[in-house]
Amino acid sequence: MTLEPYLLYALAGVGLFAIGLYALIARTHLLRKILALNVMGTGVFLFLIAIAYRSEPVADPVPQAMVLTGIVVSVCATGLALALAHRVQTTTGRMVLAENDESGA
Amino acid sequence: MDTLQTVFDLVLVLALLWLAWRVLAAADLFKGIVLFIAFGLLMALAWMRLRAPDIALAEAAVGSGITGALLLSGLARLRRLERSAQPHIGSEP
Amino acid sequence: MNAPDDFTDDTRLTPLRLMIMLFVLTLAGALGWAVCSLPAYSSGLAVTALAELSNSGVLNPVTAAVLNYRGYDTLLEIAVLLLAVIGVWSLAQAEPPAAFEPASPVLLSFLRIVLPLMILIAGYLLWIGSFAPGGAFQGGAVLAGVLVLLRLSNQDRAIWSHEVWLRFCLVLGLSVFIAVAVGVMAGGGKLLEYPRAHAGMLILLIESAALISIALTLAALFVGGRALSDEDSSRASDNGVQPE
Repeated sequence: MTLEPYLLYALAGVGLFAIGLYALIARTHLLRKILALNVMGTGVFLFLIAIAYRSEPVADPVPQAMVLTGIVVSVCATGLALALAHRVQTTTGRMVLAENDESGA
Repeated sequence: MDTLQTVFDLVLVLALLWLAWRVLAAADLFKGIVLFIAFGLLMALAWMRLRAPDIALAEAAVGSGITGALLLSGLARLRRLERSAQPHIGSEP
Repeated sequence: MNAPDDFTDDTRLTPLRLMIMLFVLTLAGALGWAVCSLPAYSSGLAVTALAELSNSGVLNPVTAAVLNYRGYDTLLEIAVLLLAVIGVWSLAQAEPPAAFEPASPVLLSFLRIVLPLMILIAGYLLWIGSFAPGGAFQGGAVLAGVLVLLRLSNQDRAIWSHEVWLRFCLVLGLSVFIAVAVGVMAGGGKLLEYPRAHAGMLILLIESAALISIALTLAALFVGGRALSDEDSSRASDNGVQPE
């Protein structure tokens, strides 16, 4: 059985998404949640580019353009999330969200 | 030739998944961020493999470089705040 | 050295975490099954994109998709970048420069060699984007790297203290993009429908403006807050208040 490269990378994208989603829910530290969001986003990008890889004679440029803008947007989201996390920390003194305070211990 | 390509794909994909896991499981946040930068550079390699050189350039510069710098400076700010509020944090379990 | 907060995040496999893992694995399984049922070959929009390439004004299909076919997406994306900066600026003020160490002479002479080269690379990436991999996003990121390095060596006071110019440059990309998008309607076209003869020129114009705005946006996110302008600092010291 031969594994098509696009299938391998698309499944890897699903895997990255799942790893990121688990960490996003299960870990409490806000910086880890931000890292998890980035990993999830990369998984989605990998899936889109793997899908675009199937077409001939060149890879489909439209999903590639979407991912290109998506990468820049995800960096901006990271910057904004870091500013929000900083605000949470200056306000509460902790780097976790409020409802994790009771159950997290 | 074809086998070599498949082996390369498999190694790259497994390295990506393993690195992503290590990034999110690392107990030390600094280690996690550095691993995330390495993860971004490996992603750039995957973009080249998937015939997307534009995205490889963007990932190496934006996804890995700028995001890494953002996260590291965020971590530095977090540490500064923690140091100035040490007694409060230290009382936690 | 680890701060204590790193260790409050325990990774023990509690029943709740097992349930989350089960949920995520189910979702991943379903997604994986969906991926496997996709057809192995699909031309997507590649054929259409290539056929229209000669009308788009550029030779790189990805740049054509970013700025011509899907120009509306990119227009909104530039607006999102601006919103991110507004959000960060309204949440926090930049750390005062005194928080940084004075730059070492080795770093400064390294920067003297590297920074001009990086600016050159940013311009080159912008120019080559019309027919090879590259473009405003990649060039803007490299230019943002220049600003980040200046920040780290504490040499960037001149950039962040002129607030009027800073704001002008931050909105430059979006304003030029909107001006072009609406301007082409005067010639009888639809929104963002570049006239064929000038498409290449218009795309380069938008990309040049976007390059500056993207670079400043990313650098402003790195600074992490609104920098105190000279007037703010003097106003604060007039009132006898230390700027935070």
